[in-house]
Amino acid sequence: MCDQTFMAATFGPCDSCGKTGPLMNIYIKNEPVNYCSFCVEVMAYRGLQKGETLETLRQESDTLKKKLEEERGKLNDVELHQVAEKIEVVGALSIKTRRVLKGHGNKVLCMDWCKDKRRLVSSSQDGKVIVWDGFTLNKENGVSLPCTWVMACAYAPSGCAVALGDGLDNKCSVIPLSLDKNENLATKKKSVAMHTNYVSGCTFTSSDMQILTSSGDGSCALWDVESGQLLQSFHGHTADVLSLDLSPSETGNTFVSGGCDKKSCVWDMRSGQNIQTFENHESDINCVKYYPSGDAFASASDDATCRLYDLRADREVAIYQKDSIIFGASSVDFSLSGRLLFAGYNDYSINVWDVLKVTRVSILFGHENRISRVCVSPDGTALCSASWDHTLRIWA
Amino acid sequence: MKIRTARPDRGQHSRPRMHCLNKLEAIVVEMQDPKSGVRGVEQKLNITIIPHVISGKDIIAWIANKMKTPPEEALAFGTMLVSYGYIYPLHNHKKLVMCNDTSLYRFQTPYFWPTQKWVAEDVDYAIYLAKRNIRKKGVLEPYEQAHYNHLHEWLNYKWDFIVMQATEQYKAGKERKKPDRVVFDCQERAYWIVNRPPRRTHSAMDCGPDRLIDPNADEKITFDQYRRMNMFYQQAIMRSKVKSSVSLGVLVKYITTYKNHDPFLAPCLPSNPWQTDTDTYWTLNMRRVDIPTKMRVERWSFGLFELLTDLRGRDDFKIFLKKEFSGENLAFWEAAEELKWGTASSISTKAESIFKTFLAPGAPRWINIDGRTMGLTVKGLEHPHRYVLEAAQTHVFMLMKKDTFFRYLKSPVYKDIQKKALNPAPHNFSAAQLEQNAQNQNPGIHPIILWKQEEEEKVKAAAASAPVDIKAVMSKIDRRNRDIQ
Repeated sequence: MCDQTFMAATFGPCDSCGKTGPLMNIYIKNEPVNYCSFCVEVMAYRGLQKGETLETLRQESDTLKKKLEEERGKLNDVELHQVAEKIEVVGALSIKTRRVLKGHGNKVLCMDWCKDKRRLVSSSQDGKVIVWDGFTLNKENGVSLPCTWVMACAYAPSGCAVALGDGLDNKCSVIPLSLDKNENLATKKKSVAMHTNYVSGCTFTSSDMQILTSSGDGSCALWDVESGQLLQSFHGHTADVLSLDLSPSETGNTFVSGGCDKKSCVWDMRSGQNIQTFENHESDINCVKYYPSGDAFASASDDATCRLYDLRADREVAIYQKDSIIFGASSVDFSLSGRLLFAGYNDYSINVWDVLKVTRVSILFGHENRISRVCVSPDGTALCSASWDHTLRIWA
Repeated sequence: MKIRTARPDRGQHSRPRMHCLNKLEAIVVEMQDPKSGVRGVEQKLNITIIPHVISGKDIIAWIANKMKTPPEEALAFGTMLVSYGYIYPLHNHKKLVMCNDTSLYRFQTPYFWPTQKWVAEDVDYAIYLAKRNIRKKGVLEPYEQAHYNHLHEWLNYKWDFIVMQATEQYKAGKERKKPDRVVFDCQERAYWIVNRPPRRTHSAMDCGPDRLIDPNADEKITFDQYRRMNMFYQQAIMRSKVKSSVSLGVLVKYITTYKNHDPFLAPCLPSNPWQTDTDTYWTLNMRRVDIPTKMRVERWSFGLFELLTDLRGRDDFKIFLKKEFSGENLAFWEAAEELKWGTASSISTKAESIFKTFLAPGAPRWINIDGRTMGLTVKGLEHPHRYVLEAAQTHVFMLMKKDTFFRYLKSPVYKDIQKKALNPAPHNFSAAQLEQNAQNQNPGIHPIILWKQEEEEKVKAAAASAPVDIKAVMSKIDRRNRDIQ
């Protein structure tokens, strides 16, 4: 596993300033060193040395980039469809709308499932956040926020709280839920994260105590919920970061983010280091999602393609595209086994792709405006799609 | 006049990138080709004749033919053409959808096509509304009237200019021939419906909040960004990578292993709750069932992490470990997880108790890890931070994964639960029963209640398994002996 190689050296005294803490493994003049993130920043901002100009740096960057592509190419000994030749084809799927959740007064921007597999939280443009029991269509809790464009929402792993990212407030807050339907939850709202631009995505880690947020200011950050303290920040994107996802694997120390700079980056949560970057898309990346085993991830972009990246081989392995699909994909999610990739598009439809054979298996119609988010339930029994037509649909 | 500040402008001014416009324009141009495009007819409107009118049916047939798609997809594509404003409907002009019947549409003039670079300005909208007001008072719809009033307030300083422009355009319009005027009015109206949609209209130009980055501007990379990129590339080149055949093989293996457990690919037993409205599947798989289902038990064998994430599986594993008297590894792993994901303020107290229980020489639940890791960990505990136990935790996890887990799978504990596991028969509901199920949906237990129950159970378990402190017992015996003497 990739994380193993970072294990021993990632903590200890920084080679430059001596302070103990999580370290980034970098190379200076081909020598490996371990610097803390502050020293790395200082090094990056150091004034131009003798003989260094913007042009020489750019040329060095290009040569290194070519070398990286070469290294990646060396291990490219087989394509996905060759490996998948012997696998049987997915049979015809009959996926229908089983529930339509009506209640929002404006575009539904985000949703997330609860670990109990039936509850979900959704947020919309009119500032309303609703916690539903998807199975009985019961609205359990509702919160009215003063701001519009609540672009991100997440359910806590315990099921006792939700996190909301304000699009105009630039904050991410956590609201504890209650069994009392009529309680005014807005008063219990606790601000946790503060960014300098809109919060585009937020998620809890394995517990209720930490949240990871991504923002339009180009950074991601890890926060401690109880104190509101910034635990780690992640810099490297050169434009708005639109989405992030935590690794589901046993090492669980990494996450992937995708942004308007057409790049998707994999980060180490402990040191803040950017471990891997992929620059294959031709337009903004709207959503990134890990494969269930954590060894790969998929990204959805405005260039109407979804791509699958293999983390251990460090390259893109599949492009899910069709000539007849020209509108951007806004959201993706994998089914439980990872065989199916559900992608929601701006042309109001959801395409179901066969991950291994790289073909489209099915299209789901039903929404009347663009799909903002698709999310498979924790036990894989259903898919929920949130759309700008003010509704959510549950498919099974 | 622009007020310049020292801080960078963090406002969001740029519209999201619309990458699909190039392809859309190419297709629309093809559609208008007189020979191979969509067939146009003339529409008679009282005495005027409007040329180049197309019917929805023809458009969809052309799209289906050109893109080799079924009619539903072609219909979806047609709706997108309307919602972007390349084609506008002649009747029912506020509903921006394509209908697969004889309803009539026209192509929008390229002047009014959507572009990435220029936004439909408020000033232009004000001029348009003012012009319509001049032509005939009271003809504005309620939403347009609301916009008009709002713009009148906000653009008041420019209002003379706006009214002047509106009058000019109105006069110029009167000089056109009637058919041209009708067509132009329709085009302009369609343009503004797309760019200032009324409440229930879904327009594709309604694209969400602005972004910080300007997609039209060239990217300027500063020297510090280059330095960062170079550091990244160097590190990335030196990273160990795996051959594609190996890593893709692993992906395929994962899919094959979980194939039967994926509800979209294989049926759930007894039935998928969303399809039959019965939540038996969920009640059988709850956290604290006595007898789990066969599928669940099978899933535990897929990997140690699967076994541990399913808390019922973890309970079973604990029973096995108790029999083997090696429960301290799992207890340490659990404690380390709690430290890692807990609150920042509790780190030092948790670290201390973990040290006392698992790592100190002579500790009651001492874990057996190699000397180097133990040294690193103990040293790190002097200034505990969130990841201080990472090395030890991974070591312990690997130990369990490579050794204990496989012994568990071969053990009588596991074999026993495999035998006892339930295999529910698939449900077979008639239509009437399904109706009834839909009426009697089970509300289930709220996660908050379940969470409280879990916490209580944890406290009980911790109290029950607290190791006997030998020293305390010994000193108690000593004191008692002293008292007797």
